[in-house]
Amino acid sequence: MADNIILEIARYSPERDSAPTFQTFEVPFRKEWVVLDALNYVKDKMDGSLTYRWSCRMGICGSCGMMVNGEPKLSCATFLSSYAGNGNKVRVEPLRYFPIVRDLVTELSDFLGKLKKVKPWLIPKQELPLSAGEFLQTPEQLEDYKQFSMCINCTLCYSACPVVGLDPTFVGPAAIALAQRYNKDSRDQGAEERRVILAHPEGIWGCTFVGECTRVCPKHVDPAGAIQQYKVDAALEWVKGLLMPWGQRKSKEGGRAAA
Amino acid sequence: MRESNEAPLWALFSAGGVVSALLIPVHLFLFGLAIPLGWLGAPSYEHLLALVRLPLVKVYLLVLCSLALFHWAHRFRYTLYDGLKVKHLNEVIFAFCYGGAVVGTVVAASLLWSIR
Amino acid sequence: MQQPKPPIYTEYHPRWYRPRVSVYWWLGQWRYMKFILRELSSVFVAVVVAMILLQLRALRSGPEAYARLQHWLQIPVVIALSVITLFFVVFHAITWFNLTPRAMVIRWRGKRLPDFLLTAPNYAAWIVVSGAVAWLVLR
Repeated sequence: MADNIILEIARYSPERDSAPTFQTFEVPFRKEWVVLDALNYVKDKMDGSLTYRWSCRMGICGSCGMMVNGEPKLSCATFLSSYAGNGNKVRVEPLRYFPIVRDLVTELSDFLGKLKKVKPWLIPKQELPLSAGEFLQTPEQLEDYKQFSMCINCTLCYSACPVVGLDPTFVGPAAIALAQRYNKDSRDQGAEERRVILAHPEGIWGCTFVGECTRVCPKHVDPAGAIQQYKVDAALEWVKGLLMPWGQRKSKEGGRAAA
Repeated sequence: MRESNEAPLWALFSAGGVVSALLIPVHLFLFGLAIPLGWLGAPSYEHLLALVRLPLVKVYLLVLCSLALFHWAHRFRYTLYDGLKVKHLNEVIFAFCYGGAVVGTVVAASLLWSIR
Repeated sequence: MQQPKPPIYTEYHPRWYRPRVSVYWWLGQWRYMKFILRELSSVFVAVVVAMILLQLRALRSGPEAYARLQHWLQIPVVIALSVITLFFVVFHAITWFNLTPRAMVIRWRGKRLPDFLLTAPNYAAWIVVSGAVAWLVLR
């Protein structure tokens, strides 16, 4: 086991630089350290100006996404020991396909706007009074959307998806997976409202099922699957609309408590 | 208007994908390799003509050719958008791809119709 | 009560760096290259359709035309093209069948069916259908 490991970290200061450069730091190698630990060591002991996001350090907040040796990863979930053999070098860059604010910090307002666009909240047909009681949901109904609810908005999938980089209007994997999380929720009746955004050419149709988003997702959300399922649903809706033009709104009866 | 176009186009692509995955390999294997290389006995001209004269076979061939072409059209269109970053030419690409699929379908239909 | 006028702030907006995606993005990673090859397999599907259309035209023209087409299909260059085309259309079939389960959620007794239970019938159908076509053509 080597004593040190070399980190090549992208630096960019908007006041000083016109483009990102790389700075090399030699950091002690501890078997149990993750990339985040190494970054904290650098900031603590070597260069306090290093700027990056992190919070929970346990893979649930979604703040610490970065490119590690060309792969989108959570820095708190990527062990240094995986790179120990690799000529002992770890290249850390900000997440791909996002504008860079400074060093390893990306600008997320575009992603947040897309997220808001798909209305990731329960949309009931009518607001029920509190006296109507709770919504009831069976375990099968929960299974329908549970996987998609695991998303931590870390945007690793956006960095993996080439369409996100090529088409700035593509809504993107996480947003669509979250839209599906609500579409498939038995308590929600907002599928029509979301369809306007998603069925638009700049909604889901840019997706060509590359599948990289699912591969890099740290919470196994499978956004690619969510998107393909949505395409099938959209195609079936179109066929239904063709065969039964006298109007068939898909209305899901949300589980309501017997009052 | 473009919003309503994508769903049926994707449905065609998807149907074409299934059909071409199931049937295109065997057609190519038989007529492009096994028969020319003599691995399998070549069917006679009369036998093939008799097959193609059957209405069911004509329908099968028309559906196969058409759906496979629409599968190509949709996939190639997006490959051009993404691979060559030419999304700004999207009207031209749209016309070339789906127009090509339509032309192919028409050619197939007219060939099948004229085989008596 | 007269409210003092709110101060006017000039927002400081740091200059973001916007990296441009190169048109050769798909050469950068083997996974992206594999994806593009998978998409290009559709071109080879269209090539096979062209072959079928040529066959139909030859059938319509008569036995000499068909014999000429047969002969042309035996030229080594054309055989080489056919081998490459076969590789790509089989690649299309395999990637297509492997991806199908992702798009379909089928539940049985409350649990989602595992992927191979959806992929296996596709492969089985592939074999059966190919066998049927071969039998019809060769008998």
